Amino acid sequence: MTIPLPPAQGPFTGNDPSGPETGAYEEDERGLSLWRGAWRRLRRNPTAIVGALIVLAFVVVAIIAPWLTPYEPGSTQWSGEVSPTSVPGPSPDHLLGLDRFGSDLYTQMLFGARQSLVYGVVSTALGLSVGTLLGVLAGGLGGWVDTVIMRAVDIMLSIPSLLLAVSIAAVLGQNAYSIMIAIGVAQVPIFARLLRGSMLSQNKGDYVLAATALGIRRRRIIIGHVLPNSVGPTIVQATLNLATAIIEVAALSFLGLGESDPAVAEWGRMLVAAQDRFEAAPRLALLPGFAIAVTALGFTLLGEAMREALDPRTRR
Amino acid sequence: MLRFVLRRLALLVPVLVGLSILLFAWVRALPGDPARALLGQRATPEGIARVNELYGFNEPVLQQYLLYVKALLNGDFGRSIQTGQPVLESFFEKFPATVELGMSALLLAIVVGVPLGYYAARHQGRFIDTAIVSGSLLGVVTPVFFLAILLKLVFAQWLGWLPTSFRQDARIDATHITNFYVLDGLMTQEWDAAWNAMVHLALPAIALGTIPLAIIVRITRASVAEVMHEDYVRTAESKGLSPAVISRRHILRNALLPVTTTIGLQAGLLFAGAVLTETVFAFNGVGQYLFSAISQRDYPVLQGYILFIALIYALINLAVDVGYGIIDPRVRVS
Repeated sequence: MTIPLPPAQGPFTGNDPSGPETGAYEEDERGLSLWRGAWRRLRRNPTAIVGALIVLAFVVVAIIAPWLTPYEPGSTQWSGEVSPTSVPGPSPDHLLGLDRFGSDLYTQMLFGARQSLVYGVVSTALGLSVGTLLGVLAGGLGGWVDTVIMRAVDIMLSIPSLLLAVSIAAVLGQNAYSIMIAIGVAQVPIFARLLRGSMLSQNKGDYVLAATALGIRRRRIIIGHVLPNSVGPTIVQATLNLATAIIEVAALSFLGLGESDPAVAEWGRMLVAAQDRFEAAPRLALLPGFAIAVTALGFTLLGEAMREALDPRTRR
Repeated sequence: MLRFVLRRLALLVPVLVGLSILLFAWVRALPGDPARALLGQRATPEGIARVNELYGFNEPVLQQYLLYVKALLNGDFGRSIQTGQPVLESFFEKFPATVELGMSALLLAIVVGVPLGYYAARHQGRFIDTAIVSGSLLGVVTPVFFLAILLKLVFAQWLGWLPTSFRQDARIDATHITNFYVLDGLMTQEWDAAWNAMVHLALPAIALGTIPLAIIVRITRASVAEVMHEDYVRTAESKGLSPAVISRRHILRNALLPVTTTIGLQAGLLFAGAVLTETVFAFNGVGQYLFSAISQRDYPVLQGYILFIALIYALINLAVDVGYGIIDPRVRVS
């Protein structure tokens, strides 16, 4: 590995914000803030670009789904053309053919993206906000608050998250809110642990010591200094959790705890419904399955690339 | 070491107590009154009165909880709504199947995952490394149930190489002693029964093992890549030790520490995955039973199984930590 030479026009200027731009040396990141440096590394990472493109495509499709298809989701107006042994395949009217209920598969797939996005984002936002709050309280206040919160987190982590989500969904009944709450709550311990760990490690930091010595109140130190420094790992975790959430929504549907309204297109339930039509039309199972996997892949790639970009240890 | 184990066991108590409180509250939070939820569709006025009497649903809440814990300690986890069978009995009947499946999946994940991860780390940046890393990413993001359906479709239905479902062919007259079918076959020397059970295990084990496999590959690769450049490896090299000895004693032994922890954490994932995998392959284990309990709203089964799974999960992690102490003497000191 070669060591980059300092700029020819002068000595090290890295710590001087007014110094020349480091454009001549691509690898030189002195003088860049953590975020700008991370953004720079992210833009150059092919993994990040692939991940971002997948995520972007998914989000765009989810948002403009109604304008991409002439049909309504869940409409079974072609059910007469479907029989247990044959499901009409792709045709000019139906790009991907029909599904087993006689709906347009292409329309169902588009609206499935919409459903996954809403479920994924809402549940992750819920897990993120509650988990962050608990983690900050535990790590920031310490003492008995910490003990109580972390014991609760231990209890939640003592059962696999899918079973936790199943138990919550069973109590709340079969509807969209219950799925989002179930999957969101199952994510709470992850964020709570992350934030608490981050708080505890930073409490030993020099800038916290300095702020304390200046007589700044604890609450302001946490909100103004410690919390902003935890934002990076939290965003990374949230991105990765979106992948998990989308898979878990499908898993809940698979277990029969998903959305009960048959008009709502959801990839997991489409996969379940396709199971007994394997011989006739394998695409009914393959398409939603691949859609779930590719979407999860996009969020995972993006999340991992962000982790790499933000983690100073992987900087070269 | 003993003190370490005892302390860990003591830490388990508050978690289990907390979980029992949660599950106790859970049954009471279910739609409808608890006696009706526990009896399901078989609920008759007499039945409800009997259950109310038995579990003391008319008593004050604290007393109800104490009754519940007392019943648990006596091994009374209630009865299934569907079959009327005691929950504990059904668990022990189905548990061997899930253990057999989980162990096969984990074995596959370790035996394939560790060498792949090691190989990728030793060839960092080359094509083979990229291929292994990309493959492992695909493994992580593919939903278990989708992979199970895919495997079943391709290898069982199209190619017909492997059976689509169940643990053993019904036509095989096998003696079952332990309910571990492979083990039973080997013990009774009914080789065809053992082989048949193994063939039935193949697809579910691959489906269930893929995510742990992918995770083990990634952790092993990262960990080996880090250890490879440690000072003690360079020292060993300059001492003139053979590459094989360095790989085994210096690199792998240190690199496998994080891998061990990961394997322990996978245990919980395996239980959740087993629910999905066993359902697809009609594999008669804890997972499939849980699935039917979920769809039939069989709350006593769910309640009992979740408590048991948490207990087993905790014990596995304890075993992993103890194993960690054996592999890495540094842990024992602190």
